[in-house]
Amino acid sequence: MIEARELRKVYGHTVAVDGIDFQVKPGHVTGFLGPNGAGKSTAMRMILGLDLPTSGTVTVDGRRYQGTVWPLHEVGALLDARAVHPGRSAYNHLHALAAANGIARKRVDEVLDQVGLTSVARKRVGGFSLGMSQRLGIAGALLGDPGTLLFDEPVNGLDPDGILWIRTLMRSLADEGRTVLVSSHLMSEMALTADHLLVIGKGRLLADTPLSELIAQNSDERVEVRAADPQQLAADLRVVGAQVTMEPDGTLGVLGFESKQIGELAAERGHVLHQLRDVTVSLEEAYFRLTGESVEYRAPNPAPVAA
Amino acid sequence: MSAHAGTAPRTSISLETRLRATARSEWIKFRSVRSGPAVLLATAVILPVTAWLLCAYYRNGWATMSPASQASFDPVFISLRGIEGAQLLVGAFGVITATGEYTSGLIRGTFIATPQRAQVIAMKAAIFAVVVWAWCTLLSFAAFFIGQALLSNPAKHVAIGDPGALTAVFGGGLYLTLIGLLGLFIGVLLRRTPGALAALFGILLVLPVAIGLLGGKNSAQLAEFLPDSGGEEIFKLLHGGAYTLGPWQGFAVLAAYVAAAAAPAFLLVRRRDA
Repeated sequence: MIEARELRKVYGHTVAVDGIDFQVKPGHVTGFLGPNGAGKSTAMRMILGLDLPTSGTVTVDGRRYQGTVWPLHEVGALLDARAVHPGRSAYNHLHALAAANGIARKRVDEVLDQVGLTSVARKRVGGFSLGMSQRLGIAGALLGDPGTLLFDEPVNGLDPDGILWIRTLMRSLADEGRTVLVSSHLMSEMALTADHLLVIGKGRLLADTPLSELIAQNSDERVEVRAADPQQLAADLRVVGAQVTMEPDGTLGVLGFESKQIGELAAERGHVLHQLRDVTVSLEEAYFRLTGESVEYRAPNPAPVAA
Repeated sequence: MSAHAGTAPRTSISLETRLRATARSEWIKFRSVRSGPAVLLATAVILPVTAWLLCAYYRNGWATMSPASQASFDPVFISLRGIEGAQLLVGAFGVITATGEYTSGLIRGTFIATPQRAQVIAMKAAIFAVVVWAWCTLLSFAAFFIGQALLSNPAKHVAIGDPGALTAVFGGGLYLTLIGLLGLFIGVLLRRTPGALAALFGILLVLPVAIGLLGGKNSAQLAEFLPDSGGEEIFKLLHGGAYTLGPWQGFAVLAAYVAAAAAPAFLLVRRRDA
């Protein structure tokens, strides 16, 4: 379990993380979602004790990371896959990490095998593709068989096979009861991997919600209607209990009725319809709406659609 | 869904075990990149070749030297003068040992595995120092024996058992080790290779020239307290200068510079964001 309280980080005049509270629970894949520069990586670096919070605290299993003696047994992380010495072999890179936490050599071979790098283990990592580097980074995260795993944008640069592999891996790690926090700037990716979402924008927490709830809240089907007399049609729809909004050009947005029912009602009342169209709000749109507001209004009350 | 239990003993790890693990990790890192062996091999050329060239030159010109020049001739120092070139390589090696980890971003991985950052720097410095010291001491002996063999009669030469000779030859290895450590700590402080190299070479090459330009007695006095001209006393047999610093006094001057770089390096590495 990762727990942040009033976590805040200021670099010079830039507020990277603006006093956020969250919990990342074991047994789930928690998605850390936000545009680039939202503060995801900064928050992850603070979890790992790399950056010191300006104020507030963050703990893993109730303890500050800096105080951990053998941390790789408890927390594994993939931050920047390219953060390796290009002249060192994959095996030696992992061996050095393992040795630092008293992890047996045998485990290095195991994780190399697990990520499919055994055949290139003795090659210099400078020649690795981004995908291979990501796999090496994940091998490093798995070394200590930790109960908590952090992945910063793990699918960046991966081919479809690699992406599928990572999704499956994260799922299985969570199913084993581990705490998994994965960041991404892509809602589409999160929709496929995460079961809980922390949406962050401009350093503030905008939503802390199960993915299923976010889908439920945004999957109301809206029907767009254009009619010869939008005013009268809007009035008639409201009488039967529909929620109706009108755009400046007269297009009506109707909630609470399906297009079939709207069409039948229009025919009964003698309305002339020009267009009748179902509109589904995608998760992507829901996400843009959330993060867009953080930029536009700097909302003092976070999480407008949060649970 | 099974609750994943951490496999690690949490409190039962002694400081000694922790330190040994950090040292092992740093040793694996040290020996698994090629820049190290490359630099060390280059020093293996510089020291003996310089000793051979300089000592052959002085042996051939000995008869034409004035009595005063002959009296102030330091056969040990001449045979070890390759150190003045090798120090740039060893110093740069110290710099990249530290900055290589920062510029690649690997330092984050290192600190994630070992949040005890001061330990990482201490073990990194210790392993660097032991390897560089052993290697450079060996080369220092080689340069000494090559040089003294070439400085045959009538040229002045000494045997390893003569007073001061052994100190000077061991001093050559110690001097290079400290210059390397100076580079390493400057590297930890500045974290970027170009800046750290500029700072180190500024101290070793530019500062002596700048102080020389001042001229006069002050300039000569100041020069004795520079890291290189102070430190050099340890591989000299004859000691001049306004304060006539002895071998260990001169060495203490260099050690003070290393300590002055190490102290803020240890302080900042714990406080700075990685």
